[in-house]
Amino acid sequence: MSGVRPGYVRPLDIRHGRVDLSHGAGGRAMAQLVEQVFAAAFDNEWLAQRNDQALLPRPEGRIVMSTDCHVVSPLFFPGGDIGCLSVHGTINDVAMSGARPLWLSAGFILEEGFPLAELQRIVDSMAGAARAAGVPIVTGDTKVVEAGKGDGVFITTTGVGVVPPGLSISGDRARPGDRVIVSGTIGDHGMAVMSQRESLAFGTDLVSDTAALHGLVAAMVEAVPELHALRDPTRGGLATTLNEIASQSGVGMTIDEGAIPVERQVEAACEFLGLDPLYVANEGKLVAIVPAAHADRLLAAMRAHPLGRRSALIGEVTEDAHRFVQMRTRFGGRRIVDWLAGDQLPRIC
Amino acid sequence: MKYIDEFRDGDLALRIAAAIAAETDSARSYNLMEFCGGHTHAISRYGVTDLLPPAVRMIHGPGCPVCVLPIGRIDLAIRLALEQKAIVATYGDCLRVPASDNLSLLKAKAHGGDVRMVYSPADALKIAQAQPQREVVFLAIGFETTTPPTALVIKEAARLGATNFSVLCNHVLTPAAITNILESPEVRRLGTLPLDGFIGPAHVSTVIGSRPYEFFAEEYGKPVVIAGFEPLDVMQAILMLVRQINDGRAEVENEFTRAVTRDGNLKAQALVSEVFELRRSFEWRGLGAVPYSALRIRAAYGAFDAERRFGLETRSVADNKACECGAILRGVKHPRDCKVFGTVCTPESPIGSCMVSSEGACAAYYSYGRFREIPIAAGVPA
Repeated sequence: MSGVRPGYVRPLDIRHGRVDLSHGAGGRAMAQLVEQVFAAAFDNEWLAQRNDQALLPRPEGRIVMSTDCHVVSPLFFPGGDIGCLSVHGTINDVAMSGARPLWLSAGFILEEGFPLAELQRIVDSMAGAARAAGVPIVTGDTKVVEAGKGDGVFITTTGVGVVPPGLSISGDRARPGDRVIVSGTIGDHGMAVMSQRESLAFGTDLVSDTAALHGLVAAMVEAVPELHALRDPTRGGLATTLNEIASQSGVGMTIDEGAIPVERQVEAACEFLGLDPLYVANEGKLVAIVPAAHADRLLAAMRAHPLGRRSALIGEVTEDAHRFVQMRTRFGGRRIVDWLAGDQLPRIC
Repeated sequence: MKYIDEFRDGDLALRIAAAIAAETDSARSYNLMEFCGGHTHAISRYGVTDLLPPAVRMIHGPGCPVCVLPIGRIDLAIRLALEQKAIVATYGDCLRVPASDNLSLLKAKAHGGDVRMVYSPADALKIAQAQPQREVVFLAIGFETTTPPTALVIKEAARLGATNFSVLCNHVLTPAAITNILESPEVRRLGTLPLDGFIGPAHVSTVIGSRPYEFFAEEYGKPVVIAGFEPLDVMQAILMLVRQINDGRAEVENEFTRAVTRDGNLKAQALVSEVFELRRSFEWRGLGAVPYSALRIRAAYGAFDAERRFGLETRSVADNKACECGAILRGVKHPRDCKVFGTVCTPESPIGSCMVSSEGACAAYYSYGRFREIPIAAGVPA
């Protein structure tokens, strides 16, 4: 007779194992991966139901929903990884309506051969971020693609939240005379990631600013419910976000180069790579458009929050049929701050 | 940032601007060409023209490396990637330059070509060493600034005995382009391109020195002031040019003394002449065939010359008819004179090369300056 206990399942070898096609095939191997990695880390009452869907109570108020796909190279970077990034990114997209995020879903596309140890690290980081934010991951899915058809791991998260009554925050509400506020230094995330890219690795102690901003937003809407617009300047950077709002609202903007907070290291790295920090990605910053009369109150509330300590008033909304974002340069001239064209590519000379 | 902010000081800029305004004679005009794309970029990015009196007119020159690269040469690189299945490595700026058949290197990549962006030719050689079974071609472009690193990597490839690495050389020469502009009918016969002086290149001059420009001052009577790429450098150079023009002088002056000497970098020059030789003629976008204006790899290093290695023949391809890049690169036209500027031709989908690099006159003007031409309308459209 065998000495193995009946019903014994050999646990996944997280340390040395790799994702294989059976982990996405719907059989026992997949169930084991889900149990041992995802469910164990995300652990909450909705996942514990073990259904294909989460059964949720109906929240009071207007519901917002947002989804975000995450692909990042490298997967691990100073200050974070694709796991916490995928939680913060969607929480932030939900929060930019002024909403309180309630639940998240997570979809994983794993590449055959991806080390389970790295997957575990990513999932732990997601679980930690979700727990810290108080926003549980209540449902999810996993697929595995053949080696060479993915880039390790892609994560899609969807978030649902509820907007407190009395708020009307939208990208089309910027009005001439409004003030433009940014919640801190720009370009930290993009430069931290770039510093780790194989082709140009450069020495720096820059870390990504990846963070969930719903706490900051809650403090802001409590202080100034009259807020007009909020947006997090992720891909395309501050410049692109301002252009999006200007175009959505049918207004122009004028910003002051000297007022925009930029970390010295970011400025230096941009300088030698020929990049412009205005176009570099952020993952833990937001732009607020607020009526001039409330700007000081908002700024004070933001600076009182740990994620908004370096908030700064950077410009104002103007009347402009061409919807240009203009900048007064530190040098004393004026120029357009345009949409990002294509990818930001380094210059030669 | 230490050592950078000093050259971007707004208060100092206003003082120089006041000096320029005080010293210009409003009865005449000062038509100054900045040769380099680096200057074009600085002027646009910092809004330098806002600080200049109306009498001073800046004309963008042809010194943008990707802008002057003709379509036929990009086609060669695309063919290497798509037909020869070579890994083509190049600088980021080159990837979006429009070529034949609606392709660019970036689009060739989407069609399955292995195109890599590198920061230095040395990175291309590293790729070749890491993948010895693949042919790796470095698409080398640029003026005298980027030539020494290419020379160095070719020598290094020779030392390592690399058998799968070559360079598609498109290095061009600044003085030849300046001569071409000064000899152009617009300057010499027609007088449609008034030119009163040049802002001389910054980084190029660190390599070739200030001596090569003395010819332009002596022979053509045009003042030249070599300037750094920071906005205060440009302002100071404009002031120095205004003074020369007022005094009727035509000299080579050096504003960029912190980096440029009269003789330049002799070691780099020796390296370049060891590896490269002059081409009899080379096609420039905008300028056409310019004699003795470019370099090719010497026979001694022929094994690393992609043109020899793959038996490449450059076909000359005409620019899009509506595109005014040619005239813009010669300084004859301004981006706003081009019918497709800002409509069909934008940085997202460039028709001409001047719209590609942020150093290109069109892209710089589109991205930073076009609001000047558009009156700010009152009222917000519904």
